[in-house]
Amino acid sequence: MALDDDMREALDMFVTEARDLVQGLEEGLLELEDQPSGGETVNAVFRAAHTLKGSSGLFGLQHLVAFTHVVETVLGSVRDGTLDVTPGLVSALLPCTDHLSAMIENLARGQLEPDAALAADGTRLLSGLEPYLADGGAMTPARAAPGADAEPHEGAWRLELGFGEDCLRNGMDPLSFLRYLATLGTVTDVVTVTDRLPDAAEMDPESCYFGFQVDLVTAAPKSEIEAVFDFVREDSDIRIVPADSQLDTYVRAIRAMPENDRIGDVLVASGAVTELELAEALRIQQERALRGKTQPVPIGEILIEQGIVQRGIVDAALGRQRRTTETRSQDTRTIRIDAARLDKLIDLVGELVIAQSSTGIPSSSGGETSAEAQGEVMRLVDEVRHSALSLRMVPIGSTFRRFERVVRDVCMELGKEVSLVITGGDAEMDKALVERISDPLLHLVRNSLDHGIELPGERRNRGKTQQGTLRLNAYHDAGNIVIEVADDGRGLDRERILAKAVERELVAPGTPLTDSEVYNLIFEPGFSTAETVSNLSGRGVGMDVVKRNVTALRGSIEVETARGVGTTMRIRLPLTLAIIDGFLVGVGSSSFIVPLDRVTECVELPPGPLVRDCMNLRGEVLPFIRLRQIFGIPGQAARRQNVVIVEQSGQRTGLVVDSLLGELQTVIKPLGILFSRVKCISGSTILGNGEIALILDVGPLIADHSDREQVRQAVPVG
Amino acid sequence: MTAPRRFVVDEELTIVTAADHRQRLLAALGDPNGLSIDLSGVADIDTAGLQLLVMARAEGERLGIPVEFAEPSAAVTEALSLTRLEL
Repeated sequence: MALDDDMREALDMFVTEARDLVQGLEEGLLELEDQPSGGETVNAVFRAAHTLKGSSGLFGLQHLVAFTHVVETVLGSVRDGTLDVTPGLVSALLPCTDHLSAMIENLARGQLEPDAALAADGTRLLSGLEPYLADGGAMTPARAAPGADAEPHEGAWRLELGFGEDCLRNGMDPLSFLRYLATLGTVTDVVTVTDRLPDAAEMDPESCYFGFQVDLVTAAPKSEIEAVFDFVREDSDIRIVPADSQLDTYVRAIRAMPENDRIGDVLVASGAVTELELAEALRIQQERALRGKTQPVPIGEILIEQGIVQRGIVDAALGRQRRTTETRSQDTRTIRIDAARLDKLIDLVGELVIAQSSTGIPSSSGGETSAEAQGEVMRLVDEVRHSALSLRMVPIGSTFRRFERVVRDVCMELGKEVSLVITGGDAEMDKALVERISDPLLHLVRNSLDHGIELPGERRNRGKTQQGTLRLNAYHDAGNIVIEVADDGRGLDRERILAKAVERELVAPGTPLTDSEVYNLIFEPGFSTAETVSNLSGRGVGMDVVKRNVTALRGSIEVETARGVGTTMRIRLPLTLAIIDGFLVGVGSSSFIVPLDRVTECVELPPGPLVRDCMNLRGEVLPFIRLRQIFGIPGQAARRQNVVIVEQSGQRTGLVVDSLLGELQTVIKPLGILFSRVKCISGSTILGNGEIALILDVGPLIADHSDREQVRQAVPVG
Repeated sequence: MTAPRRFVVDEELTIVTAADHRQRLLAALGDPNGLSIDLSGVADIDTAGLQLLVMARAEGERLGIPVEFAEPSAAVTEALSLTRLEL
């Protein structure tokens, strides 16, 4: 079915509505599980399914209609009282809501027909609902061809084994590798390459000249085949490529994969490339970029060139990557707005037009009225800005509520009892931020459930309530939004973290560290203390990613924990990404902007020599940083200098500047990739006079400075 | 035409003995009547050994001397089937 523009637009609206309906359906089901007799909830859930079916019908989306119809039929029986709500029923229905979401997301990507994998999934889910269907009167769902069934996945591989000349001398006989490969699966063909064998006179009988091409069919993953050659990898040329006959399988698998915007991850997940090969390819990529000082060669090209994977597979992965980015940009194309907010904005713009026209009228009573009109325009512009920004603000509650499902599923899987308590769900933040913080949050929630909260038995033994509590909380704090994920579990184990960090060589043994420094180690890449790797977390790939994501949003994350009592993860984020209230300061001929929400007060720098860059602030010691010094600004300091006092995580620090230039609404412009490594600067802005001012990133600035202070002060002592 | 010269390979045809075998094979390849390499006694063979056999055949072809292999032992048969080489 071809989509014209009108249809596309209508479909976008349908997708937005359908997402809400499915979420309502899911929330309702979870609520029903807690209170099976909630009559109003039953009605709401039924209506959601009914509406979804109806709208899908309007668009001729038969697969959605057929599937929803069955769900609706089951819910109808619940509403009529002929079917009771049981945990079993809820467990059968919840995956159906996931399936509906998946179909809707496919629609959002413009895919109007279900793909084979999804259809097979749907058929399976519906058969799970059969026991709940009173008379089997459901429409037979449109069944797509099966074929994506989950048979144990056998892969065919082509191994190119170029053993090093010395391998025989090193005691490695290629024949034993061939023998071993036969135990991994079926060796369907071997070609022994004898071309490299020199003439008899020149042949060294102890060198290895043979190479082999082996066709292997095996259920073992590529990494396992790769591991066979661990001992000879260094001086051999071993390539493991999916057999040509398998290309289609990989291409299909990649297409059906969840979203991911990193092509390497897509390839590794598909099994066509191993982590090791990817790491090697990345290394080659970097090396070339360094040597050639050119744009890096795409990683896919390197993998093809190294003979690791065929072009067809890379193309499929690239397609997947492109689709992911497209979906992402689609996410923000439509947005639901509270009509009252939009009305307010339009009102304001109307007022602005009136105020604007009155500034043009020459006043009879001199310049005073004109100045007044000017002031009115300024006020209105400010309000319009606020109101326009608030259009993008959404409450974080809907994101929080999504975790109810996660908590339920994880608890079932791990045999834990946890209740989720949500507070502050009406705290608002930028829609783009909400979307980008939900993955890190999900990870924190899973982490708490998996590692934080103990099993019911263990909790009883420790005298805690059998049921654990996971709290999600959000509140506004000085221009930031703070999101907390708190559990009442076992807390972080300081000693174990430290031991692990020493083992991983993150810190030297015997380093004196404060508690918070120790706890922050969990955010280091590759750090994980979980002794058993569960399929939820514990792979050590989570917390560092969480931290990176949060930092990328100009936020920060901190841990608060007490042994046996629980852990709280606190994420602090700016409310919006676009505009901040700034405080403009001048140093020499340069201008800087300090985010106003960090500024607590301004004082004059006391005259006279000051030891160790500290001053006396009402009887307290206040360390300060001379911006002139830290940014290497030439010229003499002004005769009278000022100190802007900023606060970061409860710590106060002064910034010494020449002049205070006042408040300024600052539109943040990113610095561009050239400056992506610059710390202490979070962006730039253009001032009214056309000059550029850098925006100071207070957190890193202070952290960086106190690090250097510690080093400096440590030297004379050591 | 007289019968090809018999060349008996004893128990081990591996990297340990490869240098010796090479010398002996090269010497034996000087016989224009051809070479029949008896493999019945080979209990142990590895890649180095296989390479020697392939070398012998190639060298024979180069010199125009017929080289044949006789009575491969179980070890040799297994190695040949692993590598899908034919002698």
